[in-house]
Amino acid sequence: MKKRATIGKGLLYAVLVTYAIITLIPFLWALSSSFKTLEEIVSGTISFIPKQFTLDNYKQIFLEQKMFPRWLLNSTIIAVTVTVLNLLFNSMAGYALARLQFPGKKPLFIIILAVLMIPAQVTMIPNYLILKQLGWLNSYQGMIVPTMINATFIFMMRQFFINFPKELEEAAELDGLSRLGIFFRIVLPLARPALAAQAIFVFMGSWNDFMRPLIILSDPQLFTLPLGLNSFKGQYISYWNYIMAASMVFTLPVLVIYAFFNRYFIKGISFTGGK
Amino acid sequence: MKRKWRETGTGYLFMSPTLFVLLLFIIGPIVFAIFLAFHKVQLLGTTTFEFVGLDNFERIAHDARAKIALWNTLKYVVIVVPCQTILALVLAATLNAGLKGQKFFRIVYFLPTLTSSAVLTLIFMWMYNQNGLINHVLKLLGLPTYNWIGDPDVALTAIMIMNIWSTAPYFMVIYLAALQDIPDSLYEAAELDGANALQKFWYVTVPYLRPVTSFVVIMGLIGTFQLFDQSYIFSGGSGGPNNSTLTVVLLIYQYAFKTLGTMGYAAALAFVLALIILTATLLQRKFSKEESLY
Repeated sequence: MKKRATIGKGLLYAVLVTYAIITLIPFLWALSSSFKTLEEIVSGTISFIPKQFTLDNYKQIFLEQKMFPRWLLNSTIIAVTVTVLNLLFNSMAGYALARLQFPGKKPLFIIILAVLMIPAQVTMIPNYLILKQLGWLNSYQGMIVPTMINATFIFMMRQFFINFPKELEEAAELDGLSRLGIFFRIVLPLARPALAAQAIFVFMGSWNDFMRPLIILSDPQLFTLPLGLNSFKGQYISYWNYIMAASMVFTLPVLVIYAFFNRYFIKGISFTGGK
Repeated sequence: MKRKWRETGTGYLFMSPTLFVLLLFIIGPIVFAIFLAFHKVQLLGTTTFEFVGLDNFERIAHDARAKIALWNTLKYVVIVVPCQTILALVLAATLNAGLKGQKFFRIVYFLPTLTSSAVLTLIFMWMYNQNGLINHVLKLLGLPTYNWIGDPDVALTAIMIMNIWSTAPYFMVIYLAALQDIPDSLYEAAELDGANALQKFWYVTVPYLRPVTSFVVIMGLIGTFQLFDQSYIFSGGSGGPNNSTLTVVLLIYQYAFKTLGTMGYAAALAFVLALIILTATLLQRKFSKEESLY
């Protein structure tokens, strides 16, 4: 009996380790390629350890390719602004839907839920025409304003505030705080775990988005990283060492954020995971 | 009375950013999209609209590329959704077996989900190279090698492999959360009945997870029907080689933004796609509900 249990355990470990290797290989291969010389890349030899370790690829993308730092900056500006606005506006809407009484609340909530189910392709073309009319194509606001709220997270924040203890708010009200005061001084600081999970998802969604910038941005000066990377590929079609270095730079910020917020991340998925 | 008015005011104040975006960028566009689907749109100079009735929808039936795109997308959905669901379930069950180092494995497995589709696609294109890592490994194992990116017979398969690999971990996390809720008593009862590990998995875990599986399959359907980034980057926006990676969304993108005068037609295609996704989700729901009656 015991022997069988050990064999079973061994088998499970084998599955886990094998799949870990399958997961890691593409990343390790990309990382190692980013430190290889062009000669080694072209020669087609397969080795995970660069024969001649070089930082030239990174130097190339940051110093020679002047656009690359600009793309990094654009992505950062857009992702950070979108995240901050989402945290604020989704919480405000979620709070109103959970706690405040006003006419039209129920239909509004139903509309927000319904919107969750509309695929982005339906609104994509009209959105383009509206942004064109506003003169917002090729602009930060064209990227930011349409994504500054998110129905999924409004819903999530509503669920969070519904389960939030009312007594704290009532005590604050007795102390003479207004609704706004209560919301910003008492409720929002206590909602930190929900906000952290939301922040990661919104930031990643914006940072990794490909389709929206592809449609809205045509000026390379304003490209975000995914778009820049794609145009980079076109330009340096056989310079996979540069492309891999750029990919690694692109991935690093998300990994750092994940390392810091890992705990909230899993929580956030089970939040949004329809449970 | 005054208090009530104040609360209404605060309510609308708090809702105002949401209402603004909802009206201007979501509900307005949905109405606009219906309008577009029945019009021919000219973007040159000032935008003009010409009413064409159902022409745009009729055109879909005669469009050879639309049929190819639909066929590719269906093939992709039918293969990727079951594969990624089963893989996610197996990985979650293995991770939940109480072994050491779970946390480490979980972090490793999650990497692809964090990484952007653009980066993943580029990394895989680099590995799919004719002289690339994947062909080297295949040769080493004595298996046939492929021109993954250039051969129309395998290009879509290449994207499928990549996406199963990158999406399964996301659903794995959802399964993991659900697995923690299964009461131990169920497994103990099964053990008393003499069930082995595999039987416990099949007769206890799988049925218990049915609602979560339903959710995972629906999310999978919605995601796979909308495949775009990967085939766009893989084919440089063309859907090639020989239309083998052309998906419905890529076709919508091409008609809307790359060819002149077909924006209304693209809007009609988008509606058909939305309808297909809706039907697939409803069917899945109905199907899994009937199953749970037994």
